[in-house]
Amino acid sequence: MTFIAKPKVAHPSLPRNPLGLTRRDYEGALSTLCAGCGHDSITAAIVEASWGLALEPQNVVKLSGIGCSSKTTAYFVSGGHGFNSVHGRMPSIAMGANVANRNLSYIGVSGDGDTLSIGLGQFCHAIRRNLDMLYIIENNGVYGLTKGQFSASADIGTRAKKGETNVQPPIDPVLLAMTLGASFVARSFSGDKRQLVPLIQAGLKHRGFALIDVLSPCVTFNDHEGSTKSYAYTREHYEPAVQADFVPLEREISVEYREGEAVPVVMHDGSRIVLRKLDAGYDPTNRATASAHIQERMKAGEYLTGLLFLDETAQHEFHQVNSTPARPLNSLPYEALSPGSKGLEKILSRYR
Amino acid sequence: MEPTDTSRPDYYHRVVDCQWACPAHTDVPEYIRLIAQGRFTDAYMVNRHSNVFPGILGRVCDRPCEPACRRGRIEQKPVAICRLKRVAADQRDDVAGRLPVIPQAKNGRRIACIGAGCASLTVANDLMPLGYEVTIFEQYAEPGGLMRTNIPSFRLPSAVLNEEIAMITGMGVDLRLNTPVGSMRELLGAGGFDAVFVGSGAPQGKELTLPGREAGAANIHIGIAWLESVAFGHIERIGRRVLIIGVGNTAMDCCRTSLRLGAESVKVMARKPRAFFKASAWELEDAEEESVGIVVNRSPKAFRIEGGKLTGMMFDRMEYDLDAAGRITAERVVGEEFLPADDVILAIGQENAFPWIERGLGIEFDKWNVPRIDPVTFQSTRPGVFFGGDAAFGPKNIIWAVEHGHQAAISIHRHCQGEPVAARLPPGVNLQSRKMGMHEWSYSNDYTPVERRLMPHVSIKERFKKLNIEVELGFTAEQVEQEVQRCLNCDVQTVFTAKLCIECDACLDICPVDCLTITHNGAEAELRQRLKAPAKNLAQPLYVSAALPQTARVMVKDEDLCVHCGLCAERCPTAAWDMQKSEVHWPQAADQPQPVAAEPAKKIA
Repeated sequence: MTFIAKPKVAHPSLPRNPLGLTRRDYEGALSTLCAGCGHDSITAAIVEASWGLALEPQNVVKLSGIGCSSKTTAYFVSGGHGFNSVHGRMPSIAMGANVANRNLSYIGVSGDGDTLSIGLGQFCHAIRRNLDMLYIIENNGVYGLTKGQFSASADIGTRAKKGETNVQPPIDPVLLAMTLGASFVARSFSGDKRQLVPLIQAGLKHRGFALIDVLSPCVTFNDHEGSTKSYAYTREHYEPAVQADFVPLEREISVEYREGEAVPVVMHDGSRIVLRKLDAGYDPTNRATASAHIQERMKAGEYLTGLLFLDETAQHEFHQVNSTPARPLNSLPYEALSPGSKGLEKILSRYR
Repeated sequence: MEPTDTSRPDYYHRVVDCQWACPAHTDVPEYIRLIAQGRFTDAYMVNRHSNVFPGILGRVCDRPCEPACRRGRIEQKPVAICRLKRVAADQRDDVAGRLPVIPQAKNGRRIACIGAGCASLTVANDLMPLGYEVTIFEQYAEPGGLMRTNIPSFRLPSAVLNEEIAMITGMGVDLRLNTPVGSMRELLGAGGFDAVFVGSGAPQGKELTLPGREAGAANIHIGIAWLESVAFGHIERIGRRVLIIGVGNTAMDCCRTSLRLGAESVKVMARKPRAFFKASAWELEDAEEESVGIVVNRSPKAFRIEGGKLTGMMFDRMEYDLDAAGRITAERVVGEEFLPADDVILAIGQENAFPWIERGLGIEFDKWNVPRIDPVTFQSTRPGVFFGGDAAFGPKNIIWAVEHGHQAAISIHRHCQGEPVAARLPPGVNLQSRKMGMHEWSYSNDYTPVERRLMPHVSIKERFKKLNIEVELGFTAEQVEQEVQRCLNCDVQTVFTAKLCIECDACLDICPVDCLTITHNGAEAELRQRLKAPAKNLAQPLYVSAALPQTARVMVKDEDLCVHCGLCAERCPTAAWDMQKSEVHWPQAADQPQPVAAEPAKKIA
């Protein structure tokens, strides 16, 4: 870790967003992760995306569990709210917070261990319930915090730093999410901010559960030859299929797209995502064919990346299903929150 | 863009803005670090190596380094480099034992220097340790040239001047005071010198020929001549109301000296608006602090003489039209104004004059009667005759004269060894890592957000009691402690090794001033727009790496605002970035090859 704090001095020509803030205003504490950790790049991408969306820092909620990845919520948007939950239990906290206030931007950061091992059940149900949140998995295939054992996302044949080869099949969070009915599924790479930043912005604008599985090399325990999640391997086997360009509400779609190449999708708040197919045979709006395609590429040893599936019309969004109040609970009058003794009597009588 | 060739010595030299801007290439960050460590004598010697007169320059240097200082681009005010130089000079121990050893056995070559100013003294300083016998001819009774005659003692105490000059004359220089050189022909004809160096300055103040100039001569003075008379005690009083014509640094010295000689009302008259002033900002500030009035847009028209005595001066009131860039596009007279005065001092510039150099000696002059001097070797058109300081290219300032002296000394040395004067050693740069441990560097890499310290002054009431009370008190220990931390250590370079980079973006993410970008290569103008923060300062170069191993993109660094915090190197998992101190080697006479000629070259005169 670094001993000095990142100097507060900034580049004078750093651009400002509509709130008058620079990127530097969306930073957090200095990272204590290993130098070169992919997670730090993802943190930087979140900073960039939050600045670009002009999120008001006090309207951001940062949630995490346990692990290297889960430490990172301290490293961005220091003006936001934060909660480090028990290992693998971040979705429960996210749901509670979501119920209490649906007007905030929820960013959950988790790792492959926190999500796919100890927290797998919570993860599946958060998808099923379609919680309104952005869920980022910082996926490096190893337990870095306990010195590099294989995690549940380690690929068959990948080698650990000490030489042993993994034989157990991996759990793929993208395929899992597709089968569970997720409406926003993406995969990206910490080393490609041009792809990752608009994905985070789109994910934050998506109403419902948005999953981004980010390949994030562990520079200390999983960046060697023979690893399938090293910087070099990821770059070699990295295949962008759908680039999602985020277009804010107030801006026109200014980039020219070739006929048939780009599909604009209108988000619930009116902003748009332009899905640009980089792989002509891929359809990010068809769950069945997309799933098959991802599996096929995976067999060929490729990481298909980009906004792999998007269904902006899904009707089972958490707040819609549960009729949560539009205003945060803490702004509702006591009478609206509590049924009172008469109301309680009425409810109890139903069970007599 | 092509990958940047950092093996060119000027690449890293240029990153050290202050050192690049200093004519004598003083290693500023190095001596500031030494001061921070309390090693004042070492800091003094680092200075002395390049600028020869740290105590003098620490008070009165024109400071080309400060406007160049990177700190000034980060938060407006540069590091107080000049003031820190004075700290080193004021706090040092005796340096007698650290001055160069002068060989007992001389090399048989004799050099004549004309004028005992900073240029000639530098030549002597560089050549005496090599065994030369140097003779300096000085017209006045004391050495120092314009440093003594034109800089008032309330800015530069004579004790400081005497001590630093004595370090050089004490090397065994044959200093001939009260010995003006009246004829170059005679000097060359008399023989005995292997080379002649002319460091006689620009001793002639410009004249202002207006009606009444001659009738009022008793109360109209030429600035530099007047300062000289004050310095030597020939003038001790001036009238109650004084007008200074001109607004350069000499004018500032004239107005402040006047206040100390009895003047009650002093006005500096400027023909143009403030943006066109030639005086350094800090000299203006110091004059204004002493209640000197600065009147702009007044063009001198006539002196008014009543009863054979000067009573004042008539000015045209001027008006100017400026374009967007601040240049004057039109000017007109909108009226006139009379200002009463008992004395007027003309400080409108000075020029070099060589009435004592005869024509026909092979020393060519151009149409303005300025000698033709080679800008690299400082040799005139007559081999063996060299010029430096204000005598070479007109009025500049001390630090330029010192560098001229260093360069002329190299030429003189080569000339005397029978080597071509133009074939000189090129400059070089050494790099050495500052890495001490995982995240430890052997320099203070943390950014200290403290603002520039203000120089404490003697109170307005006290300072006018005597002419030679030094106004600036020097920094206090607390001020030194804070000011040294403002230096950004620009000489600790960010050195990049492209083949080690795994493109993890850690350096890009951590850089506080967004000066790093990994992107595909392109033409410079277009590349500058695509960086994380656009590189708008075209005066600062871009560093472009070789193609990176994994994606063949390039690492681009905008050198403009890097604060040299070393975080890129700390966050780099593969040590592709390293912090390395660059040491610029700017050759002097002693560094040139020292062949011992079989027999002395023939005397040129």
